[in-house]
Amino acid sequence: MEKRVTFSRRGLAFALVAPQIVITLVFFIWPASQALYQSVLLEDAFGLSRKFVWFDNFTSLFSDSIYLASFGRTIGFSVATTALSLGIALLLAAMADRIIKGATTYRTLVIWPYAIAPAVAGVLWFFMFNPSIGILAYMLKALGYDWNHYLDGSDAMILIILAAAWKQVSYNFLFFLAGLQAIPRSLIEAAAIDGAGPFKRFRTIVFPLLSPTTFFLLVVNIVYAFFDTFGIVHATTSGGPAQATTILVYKVFSDGFIGLDLGGSAAQSVVLMAIVIGLTVVQFRYIERKVAY
Amino acid sequence: MVENRPWLTALSHIVLSLGVLITALPIWITFVASTHPVEVLMSGRTPLWPGDHFLQNYTTILGSGMEAAGGVPVGMMMWNSLVMALMIAVGKIAISIIAAYAIVYFRFPLRMTCFWIIFITLMLPVEVRILPTFAVVADLGMLNSYWGLSVPLIASATATFLFRQFFLTVPEELAEAARIDGAGPLKFFRDILLPLSRTNIAALFVILFIYGWNQYLWPLLVTTDESYYTIVMGIQRMVAVPDSEPVWHEVMATSMLAMLPPVLVVIFMQRLFVKGLIEQEK
Repeated sequence: MEKRVTFSRRGLAFALVAPQIVITLVFFIWPASQALYQSVLLEDAFGLSRKFVWFDNFTSLFSDSIYLASFGRTIGFSVATTALSLGIALLLAAMADRIIKGATTYRTLVIWPYAIAPAVAGVLWFFMFNPSIGILAYMLKALGYDWNHYLDGSDAMILIILAAAWKQVSYNFLFFLAGLQAIPRSLIEAAAIDGAGPFKRFRTIVFPLLSPTTFFLLVVNIVYAFFDTFGIVHATTSGGPAQATTILVYKVFSDGFIGLDLGGSAAQSVVLMAIVIGLTVVQFRYIERKVAY
Repeated sequence: MVENRPWLTALSHIVLSLGVLITALPIWITFVASTHPVEVLMSGRTPLWPGDHFLQNYTTILGSGMEAAGGVPVGMMMWNSLVMALMIAVGKIAISIIAAYAIVYFRFPLRMTCFWIIFITLMLPVEVRILPTFAVVADLGMLNSYWGLSVPLIASATATFLFRQFFLTVPEELAEAARIDGAGPLKFFRDILLPLSRTNIAALFVILFIYGWNQYLWPLLVTTDESYYTIVMGIQRMVAVPDSEPVWHEVMATSMLAMLPPVLVVIFMQRLFVKGLIEQEK
């Protein structure tokens, strides 16, 4: 779609796009190209010598069992976080869509964790699960489970999954609710007249019609779990114990800033970039086609 | 609702109440913990009801900060967060709206190139280019400054697209009429497009304020000077005190303060917030 009426003052047009373009070039495109460039170099930690090594950084990355383990862990973390937050959000939204009185109140009460920073959400759950003073750890102990995320890797993983999913439910809930409310009532009424009960209607009509929203949220949640959860990990477990919660974004950070492995960190950046680009392309292609059922 | 099924309605209320409970529980626990003296928390039995140290804990933390974490006053961190969040929100909106205006209403060479360059930023979150971006900011001498905290984050593909979509729906007649009346492009922008975009700007502002306030990784990298710490990253320094258990009542008070402004924004501007969030993803 293009405008018929346009202005032709070129100088002004360039001046208007310039701020955005300059910032993009300086702080986005240039650093990204630097990452690409460094990913094919071998550099010592002091920057005194550098050598062009082709794809050595990538081959050593993908033959490094620690990196591969981190990759697998990130996928597990993303799948668990996405499934948990989407599942709970869909359940709540379906319930909120059913009731007439009080739906707005419930919405207000459920959506505000969206405003909480991931790092803060992490700290809240970190406190509740604190092995010596946390209320949830206390309850688990009463049930006979000795929770300790300082020592037990899977406890730490569960902790960050819960924190990440808890924060994301609100966002998914809003989109599911909007999606549910956009489904024409006549379809549901027709199904009800034909004798389909609420669960059957949900399974055969509502859920399929909701698929564009579900798909969109799926991609958004995977991106969230991959990239936005850095704060949760860094503020609470710091990737530990024994690397059990070192997800990919945390690894780029710790290898680059703490380990000063420039080439390796750059190679990891490039892999992450490829993942984001892939996800964005998938998202846009499907949104263009509107995922009709 | 299609038919009346009382038991299902009751079930809905129960499930939703559980949802609200799960949502609220961490906040309640945090609030309670922030109102007790340290001995009560360390006794090993978490209280479930607020204590009497509310004022004392919050004034300590706001005025002088946590001693074990270097004593940076939380009041100052909140001010830094506010400045950063406002600069990011205002900056993103300002540069995006003029860029979208140029792309929609002007014909100039490289127009589509500009569009694609902006589009690419969508694919390059800070997290994937940490080191080189840090290097650029360091070379420009922007470490430890409000500019360094905000400017690298203000390029925005989503905001530009949002305004572009909106401008495309503005009737052609308005631009024609303005032109016949002799209004130049700047006057048209200021007197017609800006007032029309008011709700969009407000909705976007709500989302971007929250985004800015909640920045974590970037402030962590570019601030080494305590006077530029933001509250969300400051909490991490309080949790990660070496060799000892964090001073939990102060950490929890700081967490409450870190959540307060964005949560208030969501609750009181709910309509704008929902609009901003849903429009942004179109």
